[in-house]
Amino acid sequence: MRKQLMKGNEAIVKSAILAGCRAFYGYPITPASEIAEAAAFYMQRAGGVFLQAESEVAAINMLYGAAGAGVRAMTASSGPGISLMQEGISYMAGAELPCVIADITRGGPGLGNIAAEQGDYHQVVKGGGHGNYRTLVLAPYSVQEMADLTAQAFELADRYRNPVFVLADGFIGQMMEPVAFPQTATAPVEPEWAVTGTAKTRTNLIGSLHLDIDEMEAHLRAMEAKYRHAEQYETRAEEWSADEAEIVLVGYGIVGRILKAVTAEARADGLNVGLLRPITLYPFPTMHFRRLAEHARLFIVVEMSNGQLLEDVRLALNGARPVEFLNRMGGNVPSHHEVLDFVREWARRTGVLRRELPAIAPEEERMANV
Amino acid sequence: MEAQKRDRGLLYIDTDECKGCGLCVEACPPKVIHIGERLNHYGYRTAVYAGSGCTGCGICFLVCPEPGAITVLRATSPQVGAKRAPAAGVEGESSCASN
Amino acid sequence: MSSELTSDYTVVHTKSKAFYERYERKDDLQHQTHFCPGCGHGNIHKMLASAIEELGIKDRTILVGPVGCGVFTYYYFDVGNVSAAHGRAPAVATAMKRSSPEGIVISYQGDGDLSAIGTAEIVHAANRGERITVIFVNNAIYSMTGGQFAPTTLIGQKSTTTPGGRSAATEGYPLHVCEMLATLEAPVYIERVGLGDNKQITQAARAIRRAVENQVRGVGFSLVEVLSPCPTIWKMTPVEAQHWVRDVMEKTFPLGVFRDRTREAQPLPQQKPAPPLEEIPGILGVADADLPEGNAHAMEGSREVDLQVRIAGFGGQGVLLLGEVLAEAGLDAGLEVSWLPSYGPEMRSGTSNCHVRLSRQPIDSPLVAMPDVLVAMNEPSLRKFDASVRPGGWIIYNGEAFPREYERADVHVLARPFTRLADELGDPRASNMVMLGALLGIADVLPQASIDAALRRLVKNPRWVALDERALDRGRKIYKEAHEGVLP
Repeated sequence: MRKQLMKGNEAIVKSAILAGCRAFYGYPITPASEIAEAAAFYMQRAGGVFLQAESEVAAINMLYGAAGAGVRAMTASSGPGISLMQEGISYMAGAELPCVIADITRGGPGLGNIAAEQGDYHQVVKGGGHGNYRTLVLAPYSVQEMADLTAQAFELADRYRNPVFVLADGFIGQMMEPVAFPQTATAPVEPEWAVTGTAKTRTNLIGSLHLDIDEMEAHLRAMEAKYRHAEQYETRAEEWSADEAEIVLVGYGIVGRILKAVTAEARADGLNVGLLRPITLYPFPTMHFRRLAEHARLFIVVEMSNGQLLEDVRLALNGARPVEFLNRMGGNVPSHHEVLDFVREWARRTGVLRRELPAIAPEEERMANV
Repeated sequence: MEAQKRDRGLLYIDTDECKGCGLCVEACPPKVIHIGERLNHYGYRTAVYAGSGCTGCGICFLVCPEPGAITVLRATSPQVGAKRAPAAGVEGESSCASN
Repeated sequence: MSSELTSDYTVVHTKSKAFYERYERKDDLQHQTHFCPGCGHGNIHKMLASAIEELGIKDRTILVGPVGCGVFTYYYFDVGNVSAAHGRAPAVATAMKRSSPEGIVISYQGDGDLSAIGTAEIVHAANRGERITVIFVNNAIYSMTGGQFAPTTLIGQKSTTTPGGRSAATEGYPLHVCEMLATLEAPVYIERVGLGDNKQITQAARAIRRAVENQVRGVGFSLVEVLSPCPTIWKMTPVEAQHWVRDVMEKTFPLGVFRDRTREAQPLPQQKPAPPLEEIPGILGVADADLPEGNAHAMEGSREVDLQVRIAGFGGQGVLLLGEVLAEAGLDAGLEVSWLPSYGPEMRSGTSNCHVRLSRQPIDSPLVAMPDVLVAMNEPSLRKFDASVRPGGWIIYNGEAFPREYERADVHVLARPFTRLADELGDPRASNMVMLGALLGIADVLPQASIDAALRRLVKNPRWVALDERALDRGRKIYKEAHEGVLP
C-alpha cells in the first residue's frame, strides 16, 4: 500500500467509505469541518448520502434514521456539537443502533475556543446522555490511526450494535501525515433488524421504549452483557518500553506523541521510563495498568484536560501504585520539556536511579506503532 | 319470518373494542345507533345498532376512533328490499363474535 | 358473519389490513387501542391505515412514531416501525427516506412534538422538500404528560402550566404551522383538516390519503395538520370535544389547503446506481495505481535526517503551501513526515504558521517547539518565534534587513527581501518558494527529484510550476552565495 500525505480529518472520511459507510449527516464546527467537507465531496460519488443538517441535534437523529435503515452511517463534530448530540446518542444506544461519531475536540466548557484540548473525555467516554449505556471510544494519535481506527469503529459499531466514537483532537484532525489505505472496499451489508420499507423488514421495530419495568431491566442486562464482552475482547493499548519501566507515562491522542518523545529522551538519560497509551478509552485498558503496576513504581498521567483521564487511571490501578498528574488546558500543549522536567523531578522524589538502558531499536519502535 | 324491506346497509359493532364514546351515535344520519344499557367487560356502555335502517353510508366507521369496533356492509343485490336483513347487532340478541 | 350475509352484503368499511389483527406488542388488551374514548388519534390512525392499504404500500411503509400519545404507532400498524426522539421524527424520516428511497416514509407527530421541541426539524425537512409525508395531530395541548400548555394552545385556554388560561402577553400566540410552512418554496402539499363533524372527518380522510399518495408518486413534502379532539384533557365528553374542534378550535386554526403543487411537482430523477465496489479506492484517490512511486531510492544511505521547521507569516503568503511542498517532498523521498498547521480563526485573522518535521525515524511529536529552521515571512512572525529556534539553527527572514533586536549569537540568519526577489522573477507570490529554495539549500536533505515531484503534485497550474521552479532555484543560489562553506 502506497502512502500519501493527508489530513486526519480527510483520512477519516476515506477510511469510512472504504469501510462501507454510505451516509454522513453533520453540522460544521471548527476543527471538525473538513470531515463534513470531505464527506460532501466523496459520499455521493461513492453512492452514499451526505446532508448538512440544521443542527447537531438533527444530524444525530438523521444518523438514527440512517442506521435504522441499516446503513453504515457517521457524523463528526467537536465539543459543543457533541453536547447537543448526546440526546440522539442515548436513543441510538437504547435502540441498539450502530454508528460512528468523530469528535475532533476543542477547548471548553461553553464556547471555549477552537484550540486542541481533551476536555470531552468525560462526555464521550462516560456517556454524556441519559440512561444506562456506554459508547465505545477509540483514540487515534496519528493520521494512520485516524484511518485504521475509523474502519475499526464501524466493525465494532456493527458487532455491538452501539455508537462508537473516534475521539481525536484538533491537532490529529488538522495535521497531515503519510497514510495508507486498504485497496479493497468493504461491501455495505444490510443487517436483518433494519427497517427499509420492504416485505422482509416489515415486522422490524426500531425503538428504545420499554414501559414494562422487567422488560426494561432485561434490555439493560443484555446491554450490560455486551459491554462486558467488549471489555473482555476489544480493549486496546500501546505499550512502549513499558514492560520493565519504573515510571509509566500515560496519555492518549496527541499527548501520546509527546510522551513518546519524552520516553525516548528520558531513557537516553538513563531513566527507566515507559509509555502506556490507551487506544480504547472505553473499554479502558485496565489489565494493562494492573500488569505494568507489578514493576512500575509510579504512573504519571499527562492530559490536556482537568484530570478526566486521571480518574480512570486511578480506578484501574485501584491504589496499587501512586499516580502523579501533569496537565495543560485551554489549548496549551504540555511541552516535551515540561513533561521531561516533571518526570525527572518525580524520578528523583521516588528514588528512581539512572542506569544504562538498552536503546529502543528502530524496528521495535515500528512494531510498537502497529 | 315476514318479508320486509331489506336495508341498503348493515352494521356490526364489536363491543369488545367499543369504548362507548358515542361519536357514531352523533354522526349516524339515519340515527340507528344508540348507547346501550349493558356494560362490556371494561365497564363501558357500548354503541348498539338498532338492527335496521342502516344506509351503509360508512360515516360511523370514520368517526369511530377504534380500528375494529365498527364494520359496515352494503347490499350487493340490486333487489333492495327483497328480504329482511338478519337482526345481527341488536343488543342482547346475537352471540356472534362481532357483537 | 353468516354465509347468507356475505352473499347479500359486502364489507365496505372494516378494520384496515394495515393494522395488526391483534396488537401483540401491547402487553394487555391486545384487541383495543390505548387511546381514551373519543380521542382523535384513533380516527387518524384509521385514515392513515386505509390510505396505506388502498395504495397497496404496506410492505413499503416506514412509520416514524413520535413521543406523546401517538408513541405507540408500532402497536397498531403492520408496517416497518421506527420510534423517534421527541420532535426529531422529521430528521429520522429524512435519513430513512434518503437511504431507502423506495420506502414510503411517514412521520406521525403531535403538536408538542412537532410545533415545540421539533420546530427546527420540521421547518428544515419541509424546506429541503424531503419526499416524506407528515401527519401532524394538533389537539392544542400536551396530553400524554397531563395537559400542559403547547404552542398551539388557544388564547385563554387553560392548561396545567397556564392555569389562568393562555395569555398572548406571556405565552405569545398559537403557532400556525401550516401557514408558516406554506411560506417555504419546497413543500408540495399542505392542508389543515379537522375532526369536528362528519364533513370535516370525510375531508380529513381524503387529505391524509392524498398526502401519502403524493409520496407514492414521489413528488415531495406533504403535510396534513389534523385538528383533533382530546376529551380527557379538555375535560369534555367526546361529542363536546368534537364540537369544540369545529366551533372553537377552527376559529384559531382555519381549515383549508395552504399549498398544493401536487399537479406540477415532478418526481426526482432516478438516482445514479452506486459505483461498483472495486472502483471505490479510485474514487477516493487512494488506489495504489494512482499514487506516485516516490523517489526513495535517491535517499539511499544511512544519513540521519531529523529536520524540524516552523514556517510563519500572514495568510496569503503561502506559508502552508511551503510547508506542504516540504512535507510532500519528504514523503516522496521515503522519509517520515508530519505537517501541522495553525487553524481556524487564527488563519483568518491574518497570521498563519505550520510545523513540519522530516525524519528517518517515526515522528514522535508533530509539534515543533524548537525548530532547526524558522522561516519568518514578516517581522511579527519573527517576533513570535525568534526565541524558539534551536541554538545552531537558522532563521530565514523576509525583509530588507534583519531587525537588530532579534539578533542572536547562536543562530544563523539569512535575511533577504524575498518578496522583491520573487517579484523580479515574475510574481511576488512566489516568495514562499524562493524561501523554500533557501531552506532546501540549508537543510540539503532532499533529492531534487522529490522536490520536483512534490511541486507537480501540489501545484496544478503548469505556468506556476515553471515560476516556482525558478523561484526554488533562486532561493538555493541566494543561500549558496551567502553562506557557501559556513555549514558542514
